[in-house]
Amino acid sequence: MDFDSPQAVSEALVSVDYLPNDRIAQVVFLAARLDKPILVEGPAGVGKTELAKALSRVTGRELIRLQCYEGLDEAKALYEWNYKKQLLRIQADTDHEWEEIEQDIFSEEFLLTRPLLAAIRSADPVVLLIDEVDRVEVETEALLLEILSDFQVSIPELGTIEASTQPLVVLTSNNTRELSEALKRRCLFLHIDYPDPAREQQILNARVPGLSEHLAAQVANVARSIRNLDLKKAPSVSETIDWARTLLALSIEEVDGAVLGDTLHVLLKYQSDIEKAAKELASTPGD
Amino acid sequence: MLGVITGFIDELREAGVPVSMVEAIDAMRAVEAINVGDRVALRETLRATMVKNLRHERAFDTAFEVYFSTIPVPSDVSPLPEQGKDLPRSESEDRPQSQPFDLDALLERLFQALADMDGAALRQGAQTAVDQLAGMEPGRPVGGTYYLYRTLRRLDLAGLEERLLQALIGDSEMSEFDQRLLREEVQSRIEELREEIQEEIRRRLVADRGRDAVARTLRRPLIEDVDLMHATAGDLKEMDAAIGPLTRKLAARLARRRRKRTGRLDFRRTVRRSLATGGVPADPQFRHPRPHRPEVWLLCDVSGSMATFSRFTLQFTHAMATHFSKLRSFAFVDTVDEVTDFFGPGVDFGSALERVATEAEVVWLDGHSDYGNSLENFVKRYGPQLTPRTTVIITGDARNNYRPPRDQVLAEVTRMARAVVWLNPEPSTYWDTGDSMMSHYARHCSSVHEVRTLRQLEQFVEELTLPTGRSLQNVL
Repeated sequence: MDFDSPQAVSEALVSVDYLPNDRIAQVVFLAARLDKPILVEGPAGVGKTELAKALSRVTGRELIRLQCYEGLDEAKALYEWNYKKQLLRIQADTDHEWEEIEQDIFSEEFLLTRPLLAAIRSADPVVLLIDEVDRVEVETEALLLEILSDFQVSIPELGTIEASTQPLVVLTSNNTRELSEALKRRCLFLHIDYPDPAREQQILNARVPGLSEHLAAQVANVARSIRNLDLKKAPSVSETIDWARTLLALSIEEVDGAVLGDTLHVLLKYQSDIEKAAKELASTPGD
Repeated sequence: MLGVITGFIDELREAGVPVSMVEAIDAMRAVEAINVGDRVALRETLRATMVKNLRHERAFDTAFEVYFSTIPVPSDVSPLPEQGKDLPRSESEDRPQSQPFDLDALLERLFQALADMDGAALRQGAQTAVDQLAGMEPGRPVGGTYYLYRTLRRLDLAGLEERLLQALIGDSEMSEFDQRLLREEVQSRIEELREEIQEEIRRRLVADRGRDAVARTLRRPLIEDVDLMHATAGDLKEMDAAIGPLTRKLAARLARRRRKRTGRLDFRRTVRRSLATGGVPADPQFRHPRPHRPEVWLLCDVSGSMATFSRFTLQFTHAMATHFSKLRSFAFVDTVDEVTDFFGPGVDFGSALERVATEAEVVWLDGHSDYGNSLENFVKRYGPQLTPRTTVIITGDARNNYRPPRDQVLAEVTRMARAVVWLNPEPSTYWDTGDSMMSHYARHCSSVHEVRTLRQLEQFVEELTLPTGRSLQNVL
């Protein structure tokens, strides 16, 4: 897959309702050009996972997703031998020599592919999303290194399986811990922050059909205003989208202090944050 | 171009950003693939290939501005304004005499540019402002802060902001709420102007003294190398972002289940599993070993001399408390009080800090640190609740104002607790000088660490996480 220029990336992504900024377009362009994985970092809900999904839609490639969690291991990320089937094979067949059987049970027929191997072996190029990579332990990260740098997987019994097609790899991280240098070195780093009001307004217009320009601008400005406060958890883009939908459902056309006060719980999820924002911005209908 | 980029990489490394050989090669390859005349593209390309940590972005941005400030932004194709055609720095001194400078006209131009959101006009205005107001002297080895100050003093940005706000409100009746939103919009535009001016000043400094020299003047320590004892409020805010991941790492480490199969064979489950394999017990099942649930007690010196550091440790405490239930925290100056409840989950850090300052009873006599008395009260009041599972982490400089150390009390704590770890924010060479009693206490501690910077704190946490830190692992 290749794009002519960052602008082409940008246009393609816009066509599937993902609005990238210059940085995102540039990094995606480079990733496609240099065949390097992208490591996307940023606060929750700014569209990190969405980027991978959008790329899959743009390129028409299948999206293979590996959701990371603590305790993820080789057997769940890469491949596993289907030992039950192997066992049955041995029991069912007593006529053949052991060497023959051994050859047979360590063949691809008995291999259960997991997301990483599936991405490598796929006949058509895919988009591989390794989601929340910061959740796995440091030791498990090492599993990813071979795939990320050489696009291959080594299976002791079978040898090395190389990618027949080049997958586009996107890793996301919420930065809950520092990733290892080895992993970072192999990736292009992309930090996505909250969008500025102009871009957020575009996102809202793309994502919430029926929202007026005026209301979208107001929602984006309020979102910036709230993010400027010192909060435990600032509202994410997905939360502002939810908020815009709420306003639309309530057929509100103008945001003011009272409306904000009534609907603040859609944007903020901590009681202390809601109180703080209410004190700063919202006013109760009484005053 | 190649030369500039290698110089740039050197500068990044000098500033402490770890750029590996592979990353440098990647950067070069990437640069070949793009249009180097496009400054935004170049910046994002270099950033994506070489800066892999958000904390290093500030250093990157500064260095980038210095090294690549001569490449125009794509929208910036309009020629420079009449005033700044030649090298402007040489003109700035004699210009005021030859042609009277009209400050009001400049302000008017800036105002229009801001109101119309006209980036090119804004840049031209900024250039004129620097020409006329900064009074730059060639050859002076400064970082530009002074010139920025001189320019801004005459420009009166606050007045400009107010005027712009009033103009945008116009005659329309606007609610207080809308005005607030508008004000933030105006502020962000003013901030743009400020950055424009700063960039212009840097550009001229580079033209005057060369890239390397300016970069050297502008170099600041990375946030992880800032001395915690002398951190500014801005630094602390930036550290805040780094503390989260660190505490999560520590908490995850402490609460981690052992994944080794050390438990006993679970016969029932093994037999049941074997049914799937025709009665062959191919997949033995084990009971999970009981996870070790450690308790952590944090004991922080919050006296005046430790103000910045204690704010940092409390920040750390606060971050720990959000995802770590068995944590108790204590603050002391010359006596000790429990502050756990102030830092419960969901509590705002600012208000928690305020409560520590006003409600916690940490001063008994005169408000000078007294480790001896604090420890004694600590043992008297909370000692009975210490268990062999408790790890006590003490943070403080061990400066006792020449009072008796009473270190045998600490020995008692060590005996009752699982371990005692001391984190000292002073350089280890200062320990035991003056009224520092570090070695008296160190003798009874399981381990003592110098934690002057965020990096050292990271190392401390890292050591707990790495397999090589076995001895430390046993501590927690």
